[in-house]
Amino acid sequence: MEKGIDERNQELIHYVNILKNQIGENGLEDYYINELAKHTPTIVVKQEVYQKVAKIVKSHPDMQFEYLTELHGTDFQTHMEVFLYLQSISRKRSLILKTKTDRDQPIVASVTSIWEGAMWPECEAYDLLGIRFEGHPNLHRIFLGEDWKGYPLRKDYKDENPLK
Amino acid sequence: MDVKGKLLEDSGVQRNVFFTTIEQLKAWSRSRSLWPMTFGLACCAIEMMGTGGAHYDLDRFGSFFRASPRQSDVMIVSGTVTKKMAPVIKRLYEQMPEPKWVIAMGSCATAGGPYVYSYSVVQGVDQVVPVDVYIPGCPPNPAALIHGIRMLQEKIREDGKRGKRVK
Repeated sequence: MEKGIDERNQELIHYVNILKNQIGENGLEDYYINELAKHTPTIVVKQEVYQKVAKIVKSHPDMQFEYLTELHGTDFQTHMEVFLYLQSISRKRSLILKTKTDRDQPIVASVTSIWEGAMWPECEAYDLLGIRFEGHPNLHRIFLGEDWKGYPLRKDYKDENPLK
Repeated sequence: MDVKGKLLEDSGVQRNVFFTTIEQLKAWSRSRSLWPMTFGLACCAIEMMGTGGAHYDLDRFGSFFRASPRQSDVMIVSGTVTKKMAPVIKRLYEQMPEPKWVIAMGSCATAGGPYVYSYSVVQGVDQVVPVDVYIPGCPPNPAALIHGIRMLQEKIREDGKRGKRVK
C-alpha cells in the first residue's frame, strides 16, 4: 500500500508540473493525495482556468482522462464546490478535479464540450444547488420541475413541508 | 311465509333460480374483472410485477394489467409519489373511464413512508386522487397486494348490496 501511495504521489507531481507549464503557477490552488477517496490524486484549480485545465487533463498524452465518472456540487456555506471524478480507461488511472466558486453568484464554465457525460450531472447540480454552468446547451431543472422555487441542497434552504 | 313465497317454493323456482338486484349483479361482475393499469413508481412496483407473474398469478382473480388507462378499472399506485409525478398521476386517473378505483400500495403511497420529511415527496397519494384501499408494508409482499385487491372486490360488492350507485 505504501508503495502505491508513493507512486501516486509521483503521478500527482507529474500532472501538476504539466499543468504549471501550460497555465502558469497561479491557476492551481491546491493539490494533494485524497486519503478519503482511495488515495486518488486531487487537484484544486481556480475557476478561471477550470475549463482550460479540463481540456489539458483530457488531451495530454501523459494524462488522457477521457472518461467522466462523476460530477457534483457541494455547498460549503463559505463557497460552492464542483467535484469531478475522472478516469483514464487507457491508462487505468483516476483523478479528482475540483474548483471553487462564489456562493451567491455560482457560475462555472461547463465541461459538456469536453465530456458529453457532464450534460445531466451539471443539470443536477444546477437543479439542487443553483450552480450555473456557462456554455451548457440545455441547462434545466432535471429532477424538480421548472416551477420549483429555491435550491434544496443549499444549507439554508427553507422547506415548505408542514411536518418538519 | 306468504302465499307468493309458498308458490315459489312449491314450484322449485327458489331452488333453481338465482335472484338478485341489477346493482348487485353489476358489482359482482365488476369486482371479478378488475383490470389494473400497467404503471409503477418505485420498489413496490417490483412486488406488483411479482404478483402478476406466474408464481402468485394475479390473473386467477380476474385482474390483468392493461397497457392503457382507457382500458383500466383500477390504478395501483405502487411507490413513492414525488411532487413532480403527482400531476401526471392525476392526469392518468382522469383518463380512466368510470367506474374507477385506486389502491395505495405501500407506506409511500399511503402517507409518504420513509420520505415523509422530504422536500420533494407528496405525503400520500390521497392528496391527489381518492383512494379506496390502503395496503401497509414497505414494500407489501404479493400476498398483501392480493389481499388488498380482495378487499377492494369486497368493497365493490358491498357497495352494490347497499345500493350505492357507481356510474
